[in-house]
Amino acid sequence: MTTEQKGRNAGWRTELRGAMSAKERGAIPRVKMPELDPAYRVTCNEEVNQGISAEQAVLEATRCMDCPDPQCVTGCPVHIDIPGFIKNIQRQDFAAAAATLRLSSALPAVCGRVCPQEKQCESRCIYHKMKKEPVAIGYLERFAADTDRNNPCKSPAERPQSNGIKVAVAGSGPAGLSFAGDMARRGFEVTVFEALHEIGGVLKYGIPEFRLPNSIVDSEIATLESLGVTFVKNCLVGKTISRENLAADGFKGLFVASGAGLPRFMGIPGENLIGIMSSNEYLTRVNLMGAGRNDSDTPVTQGKTAAIIGGGNTAMDSVRTARRMGASRAMIVYRRSEDEMPARAEEIKHAKEEGVEFLTLHNPVEYLGDERGHVRAMRVQRMALGEPDESGRRSPVAIEGAIEEIPVDMVIVSVGVSPNPLIPNSVEGLNVSRRGTIEVDDSTMESSVKGLYAGGDIVRGGATVILAMGDGKRAAQAMAQALLG
Amino acid sequence: MFKILEKEHFSENVVKLIVEAPLIARSRKPGHFVIVRAGEGGERIPLTIADADRDAGTITLVVQQIGVSTRKICALNPGDTLADVAGPLGKATHIEKVGTVVCCGGGVGVAPLLPIIKAMKQAGNRVVTVLAARTKDLIILEDQVTPWSDEVIIMTDDGSYGHKGLVTEGVESVINREQVDLVVTIGPAVMMKFVALMTAKHNVPTMCSLNTIMVDGTGMCGACRVTVDGHTRFVCIDGPEFDAHKVNFDEMIMRLKAYN
Repeated sequence: MTTEQKGRNAGWRTELRGAMSAKERGAIPRVKMPELDPAYRVTCNEEVNQGISAEQAVLEATRCMDCPDPQCVTGCPVHIDIPGFIKNIQRQDFAAAAATLRLSSALPAVCGRVCPQEKQCESRCIYHKMKKEPVAIGYLERFAADTDRNNPCKSPAERPQSNGIKVAVAGSGPAGLSFAGDMARRGFEVTVFEALHEIGGVLKYGIPEFRLPNSIVDSEIATLESLGVTFVKNCLVGKTISRENLAADGFKGLFVASGAGLPRFMGIPGENLIGIMSSNEYLTRVNLMGAGRNDSDTPVTQGKTAAIIGGGNTAMDSVRTARRMGASRAMIVYRRSEDEMPARAEEIKHAKEEGVEFLTLHNPVEYLGDERGHVRAMRVQRMALGEPDESGRRSPVAIEGAIEEIPVDMVIVSVGVSPNPLIPNSVEGLNVSRRGTIEVDDSTMESSVKGLYAGGDIVRGGATVILAMGDGKRAAQAMAQALLG
Repeated sequence: MFKILEKEHFSENVVKLIVEAPLIARSRKPGHFVIVRAGEGGERIPLTIADADRDAGTITLVVQQIGVSTRKICALNPGDTLADVAGPLGKATHIEKVGTVVCCGGGVGVAPLLPIIKAMKQAGNRVVTVLAARTKDLIILEDQVTPWSDEVIIMTDDGSYGHKGLVTEGVESVINREQVDLVVTIGPAVMMKFVALMTAKHNVPTMCSLNTIMVDGTGMCGACRVTVDGHTRFVCIDGPEFDAHKVNFDEMIMRLKAYN
């Protein structure tokens, strides 16, 4: 096959485009994601989104216009060939669809579930111009990745010829895994060092099972292992092994993807009472440590009346977890209005369906405890929206005197994180911003220390899975080029 | 998996374990701790490294049975393994020559104190060690601290060994008789609180090492937070050592009971 016939100009693609008019395609309604019933799903940890069927996927793929200048691709941080994989679904070559995804993404089954597609690829879809709902790119990505994973005839990922060059990765979250996959495919010998006792970083300790099952993450990790990636648990770069140790062991490059370590607290009175914790602590206890399960020794506060402070995805994960852990009243307390909430629309919708109350334009100012030091109530300040701030969001202003007291027995503070200082503190000559993030060149992700690259939340301070993966990809490209010359 | 090579009972409830962990043995310094998970389904708990042998690739842990996880760890024998040992974590102890240092440890707190006693002595300080426990059988590591101490004072609540009295009385007797430049205290939170109150009265700088509830031990969860000088600090990355005069011990003691 000549290059001219590949991609969009391949014969089969031209044929598919000619088979149906744009008007006919546009008349097909967007597929709806089958979901578990809210009343049932709050009783368990099963995945809420059930995935679409092959018939639904093929029909949804038919909606895609296969645009000559596909804008969806420009909206994707890792530039997946979106029309390419979608058209393979339409012609029912699901393996080819999955292979197309794999060319750009190390974790398609993860991205198909947790990416904010409505703000990325799907936001650029041509259907918006037709005042119609965009092609369900995320659902199709998940479909292709899941179908491929569950295909018993699938041939295992082939281990590429090694080039003999060893590179190290600190952290096994999305940035680290994406980097590891890209480097392994290029023939590098990759070792990923993880501080915790499980591989996957935030995909394991942070994102709950009902949104991203651990088995999906484990399967992506197994794919990387079959590509030759080595994983080392319980190993902190900068603590257990230093950069110098790595160099002495023959590692020629280091990619730091150690994540956003430190939870922020608000610094208000009573915040250290028992029953008040960060979302990181709550989600780690439940997701990573299995708190609440019979086979786990790790305890967790099981509040009946839970307040979750914040409006991001982590806050939604926490509040929905609290419902599942037995909270009969679970509240989101957010100082702005719902329009300003950073959480994905789908997460907000799911939370509401699950009976979560939204106390928007409320801000906690103090927590009150009982005689044993357990939180028993929060005092919240009512807010109103003022002028837009530097983020473009209207900033909340306190309404004088409008303070109420609400009884609570658990509070989860989910107001953001700061970068983990362990590695920045351990490397001399590393330029670190005032916020504690590692400073890197935007295109190569290389830091002020030669051979040390960084990406994900340790650089961004708190972003999404896909942006972290994009960083891993760019760093892999640049490091490979630097090492191979 | 981290293999247990040796086990010694210090008392009925306190055991010493020598664990194979060559990378940690190579990089640890006095004051560092590790996070240990006994087995599948186990909690992650912090344990201070009492000693290490770089050549043998081992670290020494001293564990007191107080809960589910410590009971599981204490039940292990040579040849068994710990599922996970991660570290060294926390900031290393700041060691310098200051003059006379009183190192006081209560109960199992003597174990993390041992490497500090050694390092303080090696830095050229005069070291007076005060070991305290309820009763004679609970005094641990006396033989190990003695070679690194200019003097060892033993205090027991019941007077069954050494002097009868509390650790504070032992430390105060030294402060009353000679110039003391630094007190290092490690032990139960309530003990450290009273040592700090006493040394504040005498204006003697005092350092404590805190052992709070932790999950990851790397700064990620904030379970270990304490108030120091009015600010929230994380024991795992800002500590475990702090100026004892600035720690809000009452809050710490309250938080230690979170899951009781």
